[in-house]
Amino acid sequence: MSRTLESMLVCPAPRSRGDVIELAHGGGGKKTSQLVETLFAPAFRNPQLEPLGDGAIVEVGRERLAFTTDSFVVKPVFFPGGDIGSLAVHGTVNDLAMCGAEPLFLSAGYLLEEGFPMRDLERVVASMAEACSRAGVLLVTGDTKVVDRGKGDGIYVNTSGIGRVRDGVSVGPGRAAPGDVVIVSGPIGDHGIAVMAAREGIDFETALVSDSAPVIAPVRALLDAVPATHVLRDPTRGGLATALCEIALASKVGIRLDETEVPVREEVRGACELLGFDPLYVACEGRFLAIVPGPSAEAALAAIRSQPGGEGARSVGTVASEDPGRVVLRTQIGSHRLLERLSGEQLPRIC
Amino acid sequence: MCLAVPGKVVEITGDGELRMGRVDFSGVTRQACLAYVPEVRIGDYVLVHVGFALSRIDEQAAMETLRTLAEIGALDPASEGEP
Amino acid sequence: MRHVDEYRDAHSVAAVVRRIRESARRRWALMEVCGGQTHSILKFGMDELLPETVELIHGPGCPVCVTPLEMIDRAIAIASRPDVTFCSFGDMLRVPGSDDDLLKVKARGGDVRIVYSPLDALRIARQQPERKVVFFAVGFETTAPANAMAVHRAKAEGLSNFSVLVAHVLVPPALEALLGCEDARIDGLLAPGHVCTVTGYRDYEALAARHRIPIVVTGFEPLDLLNGILAAVTQLERGEARVENEYARAVTRDGNPGARAMVEDVFVVSDRTWRGLGPIPSSGYALAPRYAGFDAEQVFDVGAIAVREPEECRAGLVLQGRLRPTDCPAFGTRCTPEHPLGATMVSTEGACAAYFHYRRAARAVAS
Repeated sequence: MSRTLESMLVCPAPRSRGDVIELAHGGGGKKTSQLVETLFAPAFRNPQLEPLGDGAIVEVGRERLAFTTDSFVVKPVFFPGGDIGSLAVHGTVNDLAMCGAEPLFLSAGYLLEEGFPMRDLERVVASMAEACSRAGVLLVTGDTKVVDRGKGDGIYVNTSGIGRVRDGVSVGPGRAAPGDVVIVSGPIGDHGIAVMAAREGIDFETALVSDSAPVIAPVRALLDAVPATHVLRDPTRGGLATALCEIALASKVGIRLDETEVPVREEVRGACELLGFDPLYVACEGRFLAIVPGPSAEAALAAIRSQPGGEGARSVGTVASEDPGRVVLRTQIGSHRLLERLSGEQLPRIC
Repeated sequence: MCLAVPGKVVEITGDGELRMGRVDFSGVTRQACLAYVPEVRIGDYVLVHVGFALSRIDEQAAMETLRTLAEIGALDPASEGEP
Repeated sequence: MRHVDEYRDAHSVAAVVRRIRESARRRWALMEVCGGQTHSILKFGMDELLPETVELIHGPGCPVCVTPLEMIDRAIAIASRPDVTFCSFGDMLRVPGSDDDLLKVKARGGDVRIVYSPLDALRIARQQPERKVVFFAVGFETTAPANAMAVHRAKAEGLSNFSVLVAHVLVPPALEALLGCEDARIDGLLAPGHVCTVTGYRDYEALAARHRIPIVVTGFEPLDLLNGILAAVTQLERGEARVENEYARAVTRDGNPGARAMVEDVFVVSDRTWRGLGPIPSSGYALAPRYAGFDAEQVFDVGAIAVREPEECRAGLVLQGRLRPTDCPAFGTRCTPEHPLGATMVSTEGACAAYFHYRRAARAVAS
């Protein structure tokens, strides 16, 4: 969810490390992780924060609740397939779903820049209302702040959400186990490429739209069929590869990914070739990966495929005990290489 | 050196130095300058680098290459693709 | 994807690899010249598939990596001017200069823009006549026709606010310099396929004859590279030393005459210092005198440039093929894409960056 084309660069660190925040700190890759692990986590240390998943699971009385927050800074504000508002609602609802929770309530904080067109705000709000209704959640509280012209970027949105974790479900990035199967719910990279196409400066035309959507239905069907699902994760910033790297590290397992099995639309492949991107690192919305015990893989696939948005689900890899902490890609030509977390953000190759 | 990507010309406008084309890369299209490939027609494939088509892809030559590769593949003792 | 996927077929890859294994009776060292080829080799894990008898040496074909330090510093100085809109290909923004880089100039408020084509810079110049628009014309012969067209159009349209900072480099003179070294251990060359779409391969015939090595014009997809390697090995085993074209679908012996004509109109061959290799005569382009008004080096007087290269950086040795990135003591420790010491770690076509991003499974498991 980066902001402008230029902001999608890998920034080399200043020679004296760490004296200023760089764009890469927001990229979702290594630098973001470093910031979280070395600054935020130690400052607030507690058991609920520890897993550093998409959301936190907290116990209140006898209930297990999931609690998540996300800020949205996407540019352009309106893109094919959505806008910052629908993205925010879907994103937060999906993070709750990734905790194995039924999403219930949302909050919305708006950070508006003086001069932002009222009509655009109305569109964003209408879009959020529609998205909440589609997802079956209620937006119950919010806040609005306005900053001076020039001190903001039109509009930023923060959404937080609460959901109730399903009984018998316990998912987390550290729960993958040898013998598990890795499933993706559909083709990867649509969102990242659709947003990029809408930005100035890149200048390519495509019929691709963002796949931003709630994943509640396919996740619910999956957890009905396979309550013992180990990991749920939505591959947003940093893409599928980064998400799998983080899971491999957290679970201390080796993950094997088969490039030929990963579903990618032709247009996404075309755009990636053109820009020099790797689809495995392009942000997705409206998609999730699930890691389930091997014997349950067929049931898991059938469940996800039975729901709108899950038709393209495929099993793409397996979990092993060898090479713990690593993700090994079997390339389409039959060789192998390691996948790393994204460092900074992907820069479109030119030359 | 250089990222040059093959795409199919689906539209041509202008001529001479200002000859431009819309090039299709698996469903994603982009404008490219066709000034350096005056022989290119709609339906041809070109190699595009930094917004310029530098070369028309010679379909004959491509077929030759693929034919040779197919022969090597057919003569190869292993029938499955494991290296 | 047409004209892409066919050259990534796993079964064919296995078959050609087997042929190479059977053909190579002795050890051969081949240099793939282009950074894009290096990246492809590592991204597809091809070095892992090749027999030990075939060693691939990575060449200096990364235009971002070899742009002289002085030119980077000059670009930074020009981009820092408030009246300048500085346009560049994305890769150049992260390359470390003596003290600074273009990205930091941008972070401080400089008007630095990424463009995908020199035509984008031209468009900006048209749209913003009050700004001085400078385009950083970096690249090998592949990019020269595009840059030449931009300058040519600027002159035709009278865009007096447009200028280019030229840092073009040429492949054959660099290869001559590398092959001419006493301790050169390059047995064969995989010539850069996309450069040759423009230049053709006549220039390589003299090189092959003079140094008696096979030179195979090679593309970028896995099967193109493997075909190139197989052809080179076959020649070496037979004691041949000629130029062969294994990228015939894109390259002809004469290249692209229209593109070459425009390049010859706009540019003249000049001496050029290559970062990591040193000065090489007649190895670059400068603007022809009739286009002097569009030469950013003349338009902007930025004073004397004093360069300072980090001592630890061994990018030069990497570019010459004498040091494998992973053998550099700073690799992956003091030098990473986040803290690069040199351009080869930053550029998407730099060998060091390629090794960093595409680490092989075998190496990682062993380490």
